[in-house]
Amino acid sequence: MKPRLILLASKNIKNRGIRSWLTMIGIFIGIAALVSLITMGQGLQTAITGQFSTIDPDKLIITNVDTGFGPPGSTAVEKLDDDDKELLESINGVDVVVQRLVRVVSFEFNDKTEFSFVANIPQEKDAIDVVYDALNIELEEGRLLDQNDRRKVILGNDYTSDDFGKEIRLGKTVTIQGEDFEVIGFLKKAGTFILNGAIIMPDKDLRDILNIDDEYDILIVQVKDAKEVDDVKSTIERKFRKDRDLDLGEEDFSVQTPQQGIQTINTVLLSIQFVIIGIALISLLVGGIGITNTMYTSVLERRKEIGIMKSIGAKNSDIITIFLAESALLGLVGGIVGIIIGLGLAYGAAAGISGALGGLEFVITPNTSLLIFAGAFSVLVGTLSGVFPAIQASKLNPVEALRS
Amino acid sequence: MGKLNYFKPKLTLSTMPGRKLIELKNVKKHYFMGDNVVKAVDGITLEIKEKEFVSIMGPSGSGKSTAMNLVGSLDVPTEGKIFLDGQDIALFTESELAQLRGRKIGFIFQSFNLIPNLTAKENVMIPMTFQNQSREFSEAKAEELLELVELGDRMDHYTNQLSGGQQQRVAIARSLANDPDVILADEPTGNLDTKTGELVMDFLKKLNKEGKTIIMVTHDPDLAKEHSSKIYWLKDGKIEKITRTK
Repeated sequence: MKPRLILLASKNIKNRGIRSWLTMIGIFIGIAALVSLITMGQGLQTAITGQFSTIDPDKLIITNVDTGFGPPGSTAVEKLDDDDKELLESINGVDVVVQRLVRVVSFEFNDKTEFSFVANIPQEKDAIDVVYDALNIELEEGRLLDQNDRRKVILGNDYTSDDFGKEIRLGKTVTIQGEDFEVIGFLKKAGTFILNGAIIMPDKDLRDILNIDDEYDILIVQVKDAKEVDDVKSTIERKFRKDRDLDLGEEDFSVQTPQQGIQTINTVLLSIQFVIIGIALISLLVGGIGITNTMYTSVLERRKEIGIMKSIGAKNSDIITIFLAESALLGLVGGIVGIIIGLGLAYGAAAGISGALGGLEFVITPNTSLLIFAGAFSVLVGTLSGVFPAIQASKLNPVEALRS
Repeated sequence: MGKLNYFKPKLTLSTMPGRKLIELKNVKKHYFMGDNVVKAVDGITLEIKEKEFVSIMGPSGSGKSTAMNLVGSLDVPTEGKIFLDGQDIALFTESELAQLRGRKIGFIFQSFNLIPNLTAKENVMIPMTFQNQSREFSEAKAEELLELVELGDRMDHYTNQLSGGQQQRVAIARSLANDPDVILADEPTGNLDTKTGELVMDFLKKLNKEGKTIIMVTHDPDLAKEHSSKIYWLKDGKIEKITRTK
């Protein structure tokens, strides 16, 4: 390897100016897509995992799920009901069963209306404690709801801003679904955007304003002993199957540990990332073909130059080195620019998403090994794309090449 | 022109006067095109000795370009043998031959054939790069050679910033880069005006006096007669006659 041949290669690339940049576009796009999407995916994963981190390992989440049989729309998910709750309470090892409702309601203050998530606070004292504990709720001011409160709400931290043209203060009345509620507390800014924008109200009030009778979105089970959580989980599954007369594998409900919840989301994110990486790889392939094309054209255009170099002593391997170095450099520069664009996109998108969703902690951390991999992969694509043109260049007969 | 004593004659046994540098023995170069055979070179035998100034003359179509390629071992013959400094070139691989050529022969072309992306100095350095010389050595030598052809103030100019005469002088400097025994000049004044052409010929003559063997391919009989000691006259791919002028 003669380092000065690489210098010559870089001069050749520089000399081709705009054509070199156009050649690299495919690589820019591929690498930028790869870097930005993977970086964002990792950021999103961290952010979503953060949303779940408030859930403790001694809890199980029970939901009804779509079985997926029949035409779309025919299998609307049924809600959990009191029977399910009672069944759970009867199971050995279950300490507390907490009913959760999470809905969207209209929120009005100072003649302005918004739509917000609303979550219930159960009526029983021990269940209330489980919810406050699980959601890691901390107050900025005011007090928490207790089992005797009616027509009172706690608001997430987002409501402390004066988005409604007027500051909402403690003791003020806000209108939710047309009904008046007194604000008795504000939450501290939390790591989860849902909580920051949420309204928390007593279970009974929520059922009243939305006309909900005997149904629950989620039932949370707190087990007596965290070590038994897997045993309790299988018991619940067995009893639910028996109660609903279902065979193994036909379940229309789901019992998940918080870790499983995270795993499910991670699986989804991972499959999205695979698709994205696939698209990025196709772009890189196209970019590589672009480099091959440019290098072939370059060999044709520089036949004479190749002839000159051979006549003044260039070995075939020298010619291969020059052309491979050119295509590798196209890959390298394309990769570096792609990485910069990709990181820029990731930061931009993260800032945009965080801004749009409020408190979601969507933090982009550049993954050094990803960046090194992207750069190296780009050089590899560039080099491989140049192999055939380089061999063709080296095989030129000096006499014929000089004649062109 | 001053100091053209850069190339001191090497007084080693192998460079004793009269050493054969290039030898062609009944060399033929035939091209087969379908049923037709084009006999570009058809049985040439010649010897070029150290310190000679030889011209290969002939009208266009006489095979002199093909002969030049064979003499410069850029091409291999269909038949016959070519010896470069006593070594049969048929025994070398393409890359080995390129290396040998790079050391033994310096080329000067009619259309200069400099590499356009490179400066004058880089053009002179590149044959040394192919011979694995260090950057420092190559740079110092390129500067020295460019001074020699009076282009000391044009070293960092790109070829398109140089006149034809200047480009040909860069080509001369480049041909000297690896200190070859032979300079092979193909119509070296073909693209130059008379005055610039004379200047280039002066350089070649001085190099010859300093001990270099010069082989010039030309179609200009006056130029050949004026400068060379021996002229091979080519016609239809054969040597028609050999004349000695000095």
